[in-house]
Amino acid sequence: MKIQILGTGCAKCKTLAANAKQAVDEMGADIEIEKVEDIKEIMKFNILMTPGFAVDGNVKAAGRVLSSDDIKKMLAAEGVK
Amino acid sequence: MSDKCCSCSSAPRLIFPCSGASNVGEIADHAGRKLTRDGVGKMYCLAGIGGRVSGIMASTESAGKILAIDGCPSDCAKHTLLQAGFTKFEHLRVTDLGLIKGESQVNDVNTEKVALEGASALLK
Repeated sequence: MKIQILGTGCAKCKTLAANAKQAVDEMGADIEIEKVEDIKEIMKFNILMTPGFAVDGNVKAAGRVLSSDDIKKMLAAEGVK
Repeated sequence: MSDKCCSCSSAPRLIFPCSGASNVGEIADHAGRKLTRDGVGKMYCLAGIGGRVSGIMASTESAGKILAIDGCPSDCAKHTLLQAGFTKFEHLRVTDLGLIKGESQVNDVNTEKVALEGASALLK
């Protein structure tokens, strides 16, 4: 499984990336976290605003900073234990 | 080091015209594009909602306000949004503004008429 953080590097994107790392660490899951910072690559995800949060290419949130708890719930819904 | 600038702007006002095949669908589409050009909101892809395209769904969930513009009483845009789980949005129907399906001209005057109502709904 791979989490993708979509954003060009602003404070919100960095916070989301940190929250994602915290969630993954706390779950002890083997999940790759990729930062997608190239705007052309971000546009391929069809989002209107950043930061974006995707799991295996599927966008789960756009334009908001998910908390680590939010992310853990999303990952649990994807079957991560 | 400072943070880079990005598209973390405030939640946008999104506009979903039905863009249907009839004259009133075309007027709805033109009104949506005019509202976008005028900076009132941003026209977005209703087909992406129908197709449950994840990026379009997620962006719409973060919208500040949503406007559906339907051409006729079939209300396809409204139903598309509802079936996708979006329940809080403004709704405008072109035929409620005195325009007639199959008869009214697709022109600037009629587009402006719908766009004005749309702006009023989005900005209220």
